[in-house]
Amino acid sequence: MDAALLTDLYRQMSLCRRFEEAAARAYSQGKIKGFLHLYIGQEAVAVGALSAAAPTDYVVATYREHAHYLARTGDARGAMAELFGKATGCVGGRGGSMHLFDAAHRFLGGWGIVGGHVPVAAGVAFASRYRSEDDVTLCFFGDGTANMGAFHEGLALAAQWKLPVVFICENNMYAMGTPLYRTLAVEDVAVRARGYPIEAEIANGDDVLEFREVARHAIDRARRQHLPFFLEAKTYRFRGHSMADPAKYRTKEEVQQWMERDPILILGRRMERLGIASADDLKAIDDEAKAVIHDAVAFAEESPQPDPATVAEHVYAG
Amino acid sequence: MPAEPRIISFREALREAMAEEMARDDSIFLMGEEVGHYNGAYKVSEGLLERFGERRVVDTPIAETGFAGVGIGAAMVGLRPIIEFMTWNFSLTAYDQLVNSAAKLRYMSNGQFRLPITFRGPGGAAHALAAQHSQAVESLYAHVPGLKVVVPSTPADAKGLLKASIRDDDPVCFMESETMYAMKGEVPSEEYVIPLGVADVKRAGDDCTVVTWGKMVHRALEAAAQLADQGVSVEVLDLRTIRPLDTAAILASVRRTHRLLVVQEGWPFAGVAAEVIARVSHEAFDDLDAPPERLTNVDVPMPYAFNLEAIVLPSTERIVAAVRALCDGAVRAARAAAGGR
Repeated sequence: MDAALLTDLYRQMSLCRRFEEAAARAYSQGKIKGFLHLYIGQEAVAVGALSAAAPTDYVVATYREHAHYLARTGDARGAMAELFGKATGCVGGRGGSMHLFDAAHRFLGGWGIVGGHVPVAAGVAFASRYRSEDDVTLCFFGDGTANMGAFHEGLALAAQWKLPVVFICENNMYAMGTPLYRTLAVEDVAVRARGYPIEAEIANGDDVLEFREVARHAIDRARRQHLPFFLEAKTYRFRGHSMADPAKYRTKEEVQQWMERDPILILGRRMERLGIASADDLKAIDDEAKAVIHDAVAFAEESPQPDPATVAEHVYAG
Repeated sequence: MPAEPRIISFREALREAMAEEMARDDSIFLMGEEVGHYNGAYKVSEGLLERFGERRVVDTPIAETGFAGVGIGAAMVGLRPIIEFMTWNFSLTAYDQLVNSAAKLRYMSNGQFRLPITFRGPGGAAHALAAQHSQAVESLYAHVPGLKVVVPSTPADAKGLLKASIRDDDPVCFMESETMYAMKGEVPSEEYVIPLGVADVKRAGDDCTVVTWGKMVHRALEAAAQLADQGVSVEVLDLRTIRPLDTAAILASVRRTHRLLVVQEGWPFAGVAAEVIARVSHEAFDDLDAPPERLTNVDVPMPYAFNLEAIVLPSTERIVAAVRALCDGAVRAARAAAGGR
C-alpha cells in the first residue's frame, strides 16, 4: 500500500468534511444563503474518482459539488468565499454553492438543473475526440438524474459517438426526499446504462480505495478505447438534501447504519491496521484540515462583497 | 471594374457563409438532424458533408436537448459549433440547454468561459403547418440575457450576419424561414461580414417608421410601396439583430418620422414589439405625434385552415391599414390641438 497516497486521500476527505461542516455553521448564522447541498458521507466518490483522473481530465459536476471542486483545485478559500458571496470567491460571488467553476483546473461546474449537464459533459468529450486529444471527461450526478430526458440523450449520444466520458452516478438512495425505489423501476441505475450500450460497473462508494480503483479502470478504458463508461457508486448522504431539509423521511437507525460506514472512518481504520498512521497521526491530519478551513472561513469573512458596479459584467463576451 | 451582380438564394447564401467559415477555421463544425447524408431537411447544408467530411458535418439522432448540450460542452472547451435545429419549434425541447446552460455559463463562471456557438434553423410560420410548427420564437430567446438573437431578411444579410454569428464569442440564436429559403437576392462576390446589433434602413421615408425583421420586412416593403401610391412615405427599418437591439437606429428614425409601427410575427404579449415600443416611449416620447402601435399575430395558437392562418399573421393589408390609422390619427390629433374641425 502506498502510504503517501492513503495519507493524501485521508487529508482530502477530511478537508471536504471540515469544509462542509464549517459551511453548515455559517449557513445557520446567515452568512451563507440560498441552497446549500451537503455532500457529507459521500466524500469517497469525488476524492477517489478525481484521484484516479489525470489533472488534465475535465470535470463536470452538479450543485452538490464542493468536494469535487476541492478535490480538483484544493482551493478552500475560493470555494468558501464563493459560498459567502464574496468578490474573492472562485466565480466572484456570481455562482454561490451550486455554480463553482475553475477553467484553469478544467473544473467545468457547478450545474444546477438536474441532468442538464450530462449532454454538456458529452460535448466536452466530443471536443476531445474532435481534436484527437486523449483527455477524459468525468461527469458526476445523483440517482435522481436517471429519469431525466437530458440524462438519456447525453448517454445515447456518448454511446453513439463513442465519446471518452465517464459517467459517475452517485446513488445515495434518495432523490431529494423520495427514496429511489418509489421513482426508479430498476434497483440499480447502472442497468439503464447497459441499454445504450455503455459498459457499467457498480462499486462501493464508501471505500475510497475501492472506488478509486474502479474509477481508474473506467478512466483508463475511456482514454484508451475512446468509449464512455458508467460507474454507479452506492453511497449515502448523512445530511438532508439541502440545509432546508431535515430529512425526516429516513429513520435514525438507517442513518446510523450508514454513518458506521463513514468513508473517513473506513480509510482511517485501514491506515491504522496497515500501520500507516496512528490515531494521533490521523488526528493531526484532521487538525490540519480544520486549520485550512478555519483560514478559508476567515478569508471569506474578511473579503469584500462584489463591487455593485460590476453587476452587468460578463453577460456577454463582446 | 465592379464585380457582376451575383444573384443567389437565401439557402445558398447561408451555405456559403458556413462553408467559408468552416474552410477558414477547423474548430467550426455543423451538427443537427439530417444535415449530412440527407443534405439538410431544407437543403441549406447541401454538399457540406461531401466537402468537409463526417468529422465536421455531424448527423444527430432526434435529440435536441442532447445535441444542443453537446454543442455547448464543445464550445466551452474551445470549439465553435453550428447547431442546426430542423426548425426552431423543436428548439423548445432544448430550451433548458439554451436558457439555463448556454445563456448563463459566462455570467455564472464570472467570465471564465466564453461560448462561441451558433444555433440556427428556420422559425415562424410557413404554410399550413398548424400550431406546433408555426411559432416565431424570437421573443422567447431575446428575453434571456446572455443570448443574442439574429433574424435576417435577405440573402445578403443572411450571409454576412451568419458569418458574424459564427465568429461571435457568445451564443447566437439565428432564425431563418422555410418560406424564404428560395428567395433570391444580390450577394457580394467578395468576402464580407455584417456586424451584429446594426439595423438597416430597407426603405427610406418621412411619415412613419415601420420597425420589423425577418420575413415581415418584405410585407412591410410591399405595404410601403402601396402607401407611397397613396401619398404616405414609410421608412422600413429592418432590425436584423433583435438582441443586441439597435436602439439608436430606431430612435433616430422615429425622431424624424414621429410615428412608429412595429410589425412582429409572433404573439403580442411581452413580445419584441412591446420592448421596442417601451424604449421609444421612454426615450423619444416628446418626438411622437401619435401613440406607437404594433401589429402582431392574433394572440392564438396557429390554426391550420388556410383562411384562418392568413388572418392570424400580419398581412400587407393590415400593415397598410395600421400605418394609415397612425398617420390619419395624428392628423386628426394635430387638428384637434389647433382647435380646428
